[in-house]
Amino acid sequence: MKKFASLLLIFVFVASMLAGCAGGGEDQVTLNVYNWGDYIDESILEDFEAETGIRVNYEMFATNEDMYVKIKQGGTKYDIAFPSDYMIEKMQNEDMLHKIDMSKVPNYSLIMDEFKGLDFDPNEEFSVPYMWGTVGILYNKSLVTDPVDSWDILWDEKYKGNILMMDSQRDTLMVALKKLGYSMNTRNVDELEEAKQLLIDQKPLVLAYVGDNAKDMMMSEEAAMAVVWSGEAIQVMTEMDGFEYAYPKEGTNLWFDSIVIPKTSEHVEEAHMFIDFLNREDIAFRNADYIGYSSPNTGAVEQISDELKAMSAAYPDMSKLDNAEVFLDPGSFIEEFNRVWTELKAQ
Amino acid sequence: MSKWAKRIYASLIFLFLYAPIIVLIVFSFNAGKYSGNWEGFSFRWYQELVDNSSIMKALYYTLTVAFASSIIATIIGTFAAFGIHHMRPVKKTIMLNVNNIPVLNPDIVTGVALMTLFGFVKMKFGVSTMLIAHITFNIPYVILSVLPKLKQLPQDALEAAMDLGATPWYAFRKVIFPEILPGIVTGCLIAFTLSVDDFVISFFTTGNGVTNLSIAIFSMARRGIKPVINALSTIMFGTVLGLLLIVNRRTGDLSELDV
Repeated sequence: MKKFASLLLIFVFVASMLAGCAGGGEDQVTLNVYNWGDYIDESILEDFEAETGIRVNYEMFATNEDMYVKIKQGGTKYDIAFPSDYMIEKMQNEDMLHKIDMSKVPNYSLIMDEFKGLDFDPNEEFSVPYMWGTVGILYNKSLVTDPVDSWDILWDEKYKGNILMMDSQRDTLMVALKKLGYSMNTRNVDELEEAKQLLIDQKPLVLAYVGDNAKDMMMSEEAAMAVVWSGEAIQVMTEMDGFEYAYPKEGTNLWFDSIVIPKTSEHVEEAHMFIDFLNREDIAFRNADYIGYSSPNTGAVEQISDELKAMSAAYPDMSKLDNAEVFLDPGSFIEEFNRVWTELKAQ
Repeated sequence: MSKWAKRIYASLIFLFLYAPIIVLIVFSFNAGKYSGNWEGFSFRWYQELVDNSSIMKALYYTLTVAFASSIIATIIGTFAAFGIHHMRPVKKTIMLNVNNIPVLNPDIVTGVALMTLFGFVKMKFGVSTMLIAHITFNIPYVILSVLPKLKQLPQDALEAAMDLGATPWYAFRKVIFPEILPGIVTGCLIAFTLSVDDFVISFFTTGNGVTNLSIAIFSMARRGIKPVINALSTIMFGTVLGLLLIVNRRTGDLSELDV
């Protein structure tokens, strides 16, 4: 009897703990923010609460597709989300986004002109850029003796076993497509097949297809060069000397993560306030400083250290991006991309 | 000769099992941010862990839901196992097959199914939905742990106790329950472990700011796992190891656990 009673007691105790924390603070306005993992300086959220009295429920996702499923499903009424370029286009096509009234976001004027009116949001109605970057080749200056200015070097026999490719479907297929001179947003199956064959031919030279551990592998000199996002390159280069980041001349991927307001939002006014807050000079700078990626906010960039501003991985000369493309939503053509990637990985 | 071969073989097995964990623990004391770069001994990440409110919140939800769901699932599962054990063969087979479905189903099917169900009844996602989901996938494992112990009992133990004057409830408490207790404990521990570990089902059934450790860690996939997670994992590993040592001391010898 004692055992049963104590068990029941534990159950009641735990259940009441849960009930207690579920209750509280229903009358305060709460914003549901959905962002990538480790993609904001969390003290900013505390400051926002202190300044406006609006509570922030902060959730994190790992991929655009996960975020899309959760928002579409509607169990949580998300007010703010941070999708990537092609996902914004897809969500817009499915009428999932609220229009952003830029007059309520005065700090939008601080966004660099080059990043206004992008391909996925040409009329500047649905998104405000948050972070941006590119894809390029990070290489160890002491191990790579040739000049690095083209994707061709990843197919160079001299660096066999010293090359890291990205374990990301669209980024790696982009490398091959760009090398062949095609668009990364192609809808031509033949072009995709050519890219697939090129990557299969490259496989004997590749050490591994890696995700986020490219940084660690490069720093411990397990490989001489890696295809990485600019943000990763910035982190490596601020941590250690001897590395350089190259923009291949055939062109590369220019990516954006932007802030949107899903149609599920019940606090559209407050969502606008949040976006405006994030783009305030001091806040945008703190954020860019913490995340370490490139910020599209001129107010933030001004306060960034000269060392970082000079780093071409972070803030390149815009001419380097002449041949760069932004990902567009492939629509049903994603099936072909999926098939090609599966066949490539299976080799 | 063969004694040494056995010892070497066993040590190799343990080495393979624990090498990643040891590396994890060692690098939780790394002053630098990346595992490619050892920069000296430091408690920096442990300090940052305590300061990091979102990870502490995730830990809180993880442990709360794990404790609650494993206890509730154990209670429900034990009584269910008892019921299934006494069923007629045809009904028993059907119930056992139904019971096996959540076990054999891929997590994502269970997760999406539950998400659709909760959406259909228009529940607000959060702790309650996550708790219900965890209880749902835990119950079959408890049933599967308790049933074998019930089978090992002499068939008429319950009847014999009642013949001697016990009420059914007293008979259950004093005769059946102590015998199946090892199975119940095993079931509870399995349920707890599965709950802490779960990502897919939790991801699809949570919302409104409620998150657990698995979701928090998995969402760092794009940016790289922060060493704060190393510190947290070390603490969790140490806690579990400590608890196991204490339990083993108290119980005397391992055979009593009958796992």
